[in-house]
Amino acid sequence: MVETTPPVLELRGITKRFPGVLANDRVDFDLRKGEVHALLGENGAGKSTLMNILYGLYRPDEGEIRLNGAPVTIDSPHAAIAAGIGMVHQHFMLIPVMTVAENIVLAAEPRRGVLLDTSAAERRVRELADQFKFHIDPHALIRDITVGQQQRVEILKALYRQADILILDEPTAVLTPQEAIELVEILKRLVAEGMSVIFISHKLNEVLEIADRVTVLRRGKKVDTIPTAGATEASLARMMVGREVLFRVDKEPAKPSEVLLDVENLHVFDDRGLEAVRGVSFHVRAGEIVAIAGVDGNGQTELIDAITGLRRASEGRIRVGAEDLTHGSAHTFLEQGVGHIPEDRQRRGLVLEFTLAENLVLHDYAKEPFSKLGFLNPRTWLAYGRRLLTEFDVRGGTERTRASALSGGNQQKVVIAREVSRDPRVLIAAQPTRGLDVGAIEFVHRRLIEERDEGRAVLLVSLELEEVLSLADRILVIYEGSIVGEFDPSATEEELGFAMTGGRQPTALV
Amino acid sequence: MSDLDEQPQAEPGGYAPSVAERLAFYQRAGGVITPLLTVVLAFAAGGIVVLATGHNPFKTYKAIWDGTGLNWFFQFGHHHIDIPFTNHQVFFWWNTDTNALTAYNLTQTVLLTTTLILTGLAVAFAFRCGLFNIGGQGQYITGAIMAVWVGSSFAHMSHGLHVVFAIAAAILGGAAIAAVAGFLKAAVGAHEVITTIMLNWIAYWTGSFLVGRGGPLQNTTDVSIPISPDIAPGAHLPAFWGNPALQALDVGFFIALGALVIFWLTLNRTTLGYQVRAVGFNPEAARYGGINVARNYVYAMAISGAFAGLGGAVDILGWEYHIGVLDIQVSNIGFIGIAVALLGRNTALGVGLSALLFGALVNGTSTRGLDPNVFPPELASNLTLMIQALVLLFVGADVLILYLWQARKKLGRRRPAPETAEAVT
Repeated sequence: MVETTPPVLELRGITKRFPGVLANDRVDFDLRKGEVHALLGENGAGKSTLMNILYGLYRPDEGEIRLNGAPVTIDSPHAAIAAGIGMVHQHFMLIPVMTVAENIVLAAEPRRGVLLDTSAAERRVRELADQFKFHIDPHALIRDITVGQQQRVEILKALYRQADILILDEPTAVLTPQEAIELVEILKRLVAEGMSVIFISHKLNEVLEIADRVTVLRRGKKVDTIPTAGATEASLARMMVGREVLFRVDKEPAKPSEVLLDVENLHVFDDRGLEAVRGVSFHVRAGEIVAIAGVDGNGQTELIDAITGLRRASEGRIRVGAEDLTHGSAHTFLEQGVGHIPEDRQRRGLVLEFTLAENLVLHDYAKEPFSKLGFLNPRTWLAYGRRLLTEFDVRGGTERTRASALSGGNQQKVVIAREVSRDPRVLIAAQPTRGLDVGAIEFVHRRLIEERDEGRAVLLVSLELEEVLSLADRILVIYEGSIVGEFDPSATEEELGFAMTGGRQPTALV
Repeated sequence: MSDLDEQPQAEPGGYAPSVAERLAFYQRAGGVITPLLTVVLAFAAGGIVVLATGHNPFKTYKAIWDGTGLNWFFQFGHHHIDIPFTNHQVFFWWNTDTNALTAYNLTQTVLLTTTLILTGLAVAFAFRCGLFNIGGQGQYITGAIMAVWVGSSFAHMSHGLHVVFAIAAAILGGAAIAAVAGFLKAAVGAHEVITTIMLNWIAYWTGSFLVGRGGPLQNTTDVSIPISPDIAPGAHLPAFWGNPALQALDVGFFIALGALVIFWLTLNRTTLGYQVRAVGFNPEAARYGGINVARNYVYAMAISGAFAGLGGAVDILGWEYHIGVLDIQVSNIGFIGIAVALLGRNTALGVGLSALLFGALVNGTSTRGLDPNVFPPELASNLTLMIQALVLLFVGADVLILYLWQARKKLGRRRPAPETAEAVT
């Protein structure tokens, strides 16, 4: 039945060139009324460019856009909104100090004279929220509500402007699993009301779950458009990457030897002064990967900070090899051979304004040969950078490129290159594959196993159970700041999920 | 492979970017074009105001230009010039007469530029560490007081040593008072904008007390005048150009040029500079990288203060020779340094050029520089303040400038650049 519905939107032969890059190469795309159509591709495949063209942010070099069969020109977001196209960006465009209602009506406010008609605005917002069963308080300030709720505000903003086509740019990247489930329900209600949704993603499972059809892009070209019925994660991954992707990394059994990281009865406070880590003890041996699994916000961040010298432990002991580093600074930990792939590569792992060469020497700029007697020797950095970028297959830039210009996957490769090439004894990887596409995930996983086999002690902290199960030799589950159980990798997701929620029935797991 | 899907990440919707972040963005996107455009816009707006007062803006700007003395470089033609150490004259295609009014004006402009380079660097260096140093004025005063103190004491010290000693004291003084702000930021998180403003007042009143009537640094020849004694001749910076009877140009200018080089070298070629830049761009990443962020705040402020203190020293040792309460209280050279740094985008070359611009502007619109028949100088000095304020305003309104620039580009090429498209949405 879906097959006979005419397309509400058609993109024909869209080509977009940027200096030196063909971002979109004669891409066709069509959207039917009442469907969720996923746009799938690796980082840098041209998904966002295509949608920015549709939303009027870029102008195509070739090709045309048709709405309900008639060709249209969309040369600004304004024109896109007028044509009934709404877009929810990955980074929300909301004003934190204003209320939900004020944000939604912004630029199209109901007025009474020259003043904003606050009550009318709130009434309209409430009506819309009720119609689509959004649970949201129009009076709340944006800065006080969760990210998931902010996203709903963005969706309401589009609905308020009478969009009937909604573009969502990687909407689940910022959501907790529970919020992701709620988003799926919202999208189902929207399409039931006759809306059409374009859903940009690189996560295979959610595409299969949410979308009716999926269009796969690879390096700016459309690979195919297929119905999700009958597709599998493996088949989509093959289309996306262009080759078979191994979801489970092959690995030899671990050969653990001496203890390299030893944590005893660690207590750590978070920024608000609450005890986030409550008496954690564990150890990691050379040649094994120990994973810490848990739902986000159960003390993982504070634990990692403490065992890398970025946060003081209030109690307990941390030893790396034979050294007691409990009161060491970040510098001491680095000197003692602790490598750290941080949770947030953009906020912490990289200085985005620095070149890749500068970023690669972030820990060692003060050492020979990178500097001598306090004077830098940038030439050695460039050579070093070039070598590492080749070795770790970083694409999209040279050693002189600014880190901000790289895609997320390549940025992560730079971080990994830096940490691994310092030859650390202990490697701490915090959510190392967050936001990466399948190809990059495979790279990171393989690399972590290699590092284990080199005889490093690897501590993996991850929210992704699948990742934990496929990489770890031992699994510790953290819940409310305590280690509540140890499992071996033959455990099932259900067992882990049960422990991760403190023994309650798992609900928040996708 | 293309990476256009992942634009450089904008701030996640939650917070307004800090001054330093906005500036960093401005630096990335603007290149050389935005500062130039900023200046052109500021001058255009200034011209409109001149027009509104019933004067001809073109004639006024020409008179200001003449007042700067920069026209000295363009006096081509047939001139008689002196052959040094003789009474003979020869024909030359360029008038090099240093007794002419233009030469005198030029000297004044270069003297101002010298100081502005140093107070500009004081703001720029801190900015590169993510700190907004409003305290250039207080650091400058501290340096000047230190130079006066050392310069007027130790009268029997040998010439070279006395100069070096006075400069070192001024640098240390400026560094010390600025380091207080850095230390407060590092230790208790006190915002440097607040603390440096407070320190400005401390320097202002301490300086006024020291050289004021009955103050320990007041001159002893006429105790009714609140002014310091003159520094010993042995502490003067040697002059190298112009007529010493009027006012000659001293080697302080070369000290300022040297400071530009040191600024660049420190930031780009030392491990300290690497740390400062890392902290300035992303303190969290710097901390993760093993850099002691708190310590860098102190160092960066101290170095900033050293530049401003040096500015005070070259003024005192170069041509002022003493400092009075009035000098302290009317001086605003440290504040103009903020505009210099912002317009110069906190780079060595940029600070040098914008110091020249502001130095010329201040001198060209001064009562002695500007031809009173064309435009009343008492209005003209307000014009300087206006142009300065407009530059600051436009630097603050970076996004607006970028938008205008992009709109122009769009008209020209019908093709927005990918990275600036983000900025205006």
